[in-house]
Amino acid sequence: MPKTLSQMTTEPHSNGGAPPGAVTPAVVVDGLVKRYGEVEAVRGIDFAVAPGETFGFLGPNGAGKSTTISMLCTLVHPTGGSARVAGHDVERERDEVRRNIGLVFQDTTLDGYLTAEQNLRLHAELYGMPRGAVAERMRQVMEMVGLWERRASLVMTFSGGMKRRLEIARGLLHSPRVLFLDEPTVGLDPQTRSSIWNYISELGRDEDITIFLTTHYMDEAEYCDRIAIMDSGTIVALDTPEALKASVGVDRVQIQTGDDEATIAALRDRFEIEASVAEGAVTFGVPAGEQFVPRLFSELGQEIHSVNVSRPSLDDVFMSYTGTTIRDAEESGKSDMRRNMARMMSR
Amino acid sequence: MATETTTTPIPSASSPAGASSGPPAGHVARVRVPARSLRSELRAIRVVWKRELIRFSRDRLRILTSLIQPFLFLFVLGTGIATLASAGTHGVNFKTFIYPGVLCMAVMFTAMFSAASIVWDREFGFLREMMVAPVRRSSIVLGKVAGGATVAAFQGLIVIAIAGLIDIPYNLGLILELFGLSLLVAFAITAFGVMFAARINQMQSFMALMQMVVMPMFFLSGAMFSVAALPQWLAVLNRLDPLTYAVEPMRSAIFSHLNVSAAARKALDPGITWFGWRVPTPLEVAVIAILGLVMLSIAIWEFSQAE
Repeated sequence: MPKTLSQMTTEPHSNGGAPPGAVTPAVVVDGLVKRYGEVEAVRGIDFAVAPGETFGFLGPNGAGKSTTISMLCTLVHPTGGSARVAGHDVERERDEVRRNIGLVFQDTTLDGYLTAEQNLRLHAELYGMPRGAVAERMRQVMEMVGLWERRASLVMTFSGGMKRRLEIARGLLHSPRVLFLDEPTVGLDPQTRSSIWNYISELGRDEDITIFLTTHYMDEAEYCDRIAIMDSGTIVALDTPEALKASVGVDRVQIQTGDDEATIAALRDRFEIEASVAEGAVTFGVPAGEQFVPRLFSELGQEIHSVNVSRPSLDDVFMSYTGTTIRDAEESGKSDMRRNMARMMSR
Repeated sequence: MATETTTTPIPSASSPAGASSGPPAGHVARVRVPARSLRSELRAIRVVWKRELIRFSRDRLRILTSLIQPFLFLFVLGTGIATLASAGTHGVNFKTFIYPGVLCMAVMFTAMFSAASIVWDREFGFLREMMVAPVRRSSIVLGKVAGGATVAAFQGLIVIAIAGLIDIPYNLGLILELFGLSLLVAFAITAFGVMFAARINQMQSFMALMQMVVMPMFFLSGAMFSVAALPQWLAVLNRLDPLTYAVEPMRSAIFSHLNVSAAARKALDPGITWFGWRVPTPLEVAVIAILGLVMLSIAIWEFSQAE
């Protein structure tokens, strides 16, 4: 949902946690490609993530986010290009990479027949953590996600949100330098989602850790220091959420009218604006939206019930770079609207 | 191996103001994971093994149900057929005769179920937690096979415990021999199951495969009949069945502790022959052990290839 004018506040323009460039990047990706037979899931992407950064991959399902994250986690062999995580090559130094990363997957990877504590102990043993350190560290990560009291319960008795929290705790147990979260909140209710985000942002502060995540929720991408927008296997934009929004350059105007068709035609004739119907309203992009509204009323010659002007949201950013909304991209097949919107929001 | 823990104080500025239920603010224990070593591999094997035991001990129903089949074979089928077969058994209890086969079957089924847990783990995602750990895939497979074999051998031990009910003496040497052979069968069958589980994604497929492989193996092994005077085709299939080489030494061990006539021994426990040559027991044991090791190697190779 785009923010309305009244909700808009001047957001502090910061680089987030973007640290100095002298240190070794947490993640460096160079021309990374993954091909499955004829299908090119990832088509040669480049980017770098600084230590301490919260970096988000945003894109619809099937954009190549999960494939990329799988390559960075040494789960999938790249077809081409290279990637280094925590200073180690994902192909040649798999073990080094694995020791330095924590993973939280889309689907749960906990053993429901074990207790929460047994799951973490198993992880500690698999990762060869020094025995003396396990108990204290385990308590710490479980307290952080609020599950210390439930440590003796079988995981199969946990709710979806509790399982996800336990996975985050487990991902952190061996003090990884980079934590990968693949759609960490998918399938959770809004309340649980926001509590998961609280844990994640707390992490960035307390744990001195780089967080790399994928999401297809726009509102969640706002939590990231920087976002890479991925579409059809390529990165189409990469910047801070603020900079991305600023780059759109136009405000989004939505009007409720008596006759949408006539309004769209009138907009084309009088203002040379290409509009289309989205979310039940005639929608278009225009620079300096507030100043455009008076002209709209005097010159459109159509009945207008309501007007909504909003600053670009990440939805608009997504649309301006990919020519579609993320929701429609997931439904797919709405090519005519995709073209219209692309023209409308084109920069 | 550097095994150290460093404790880094967090600047107080970063502790959240309103963290009421939060962690005891103050410090974060950073753990350094040491580089991979033989010791860390052994720990991984051990923990994967231990998980199998924990899961088995939780699943009391499984322990119980897997005992039903051996009891059915021994006491229902065994008693029933005994009335028909009494003329041909030279006075030996028919249940005693089929006992080694039933013991093998109990071990086999439990071992296959343990191997099936890999398919289960894959379906429920847990396999991935193990696959991304900084340990060799071979350690995971070894732990899994060791766990499955332990659980299956334990199941065998329960069947061994009831041996007295069917005229088999509780002799320590015999018990150790039977348990040792059970352990070997448990290992070989788990390795066999894991080898298949590496390539199978669905539980149903695995179960179907199990029916297709385990039942013929059981029936061809001579568990239910004597291999003394079989028609040619069945004799050949019997010699090709690996389980034959587990049932025979077990039966041989039991018969050597029974008070039976030479004629009975010759008819019921003739031993395995290859083109007329009597296969010695150590070779039979070696057949099972080598097959187990080959299948274990294939399983390890398959898991190392998997992405």
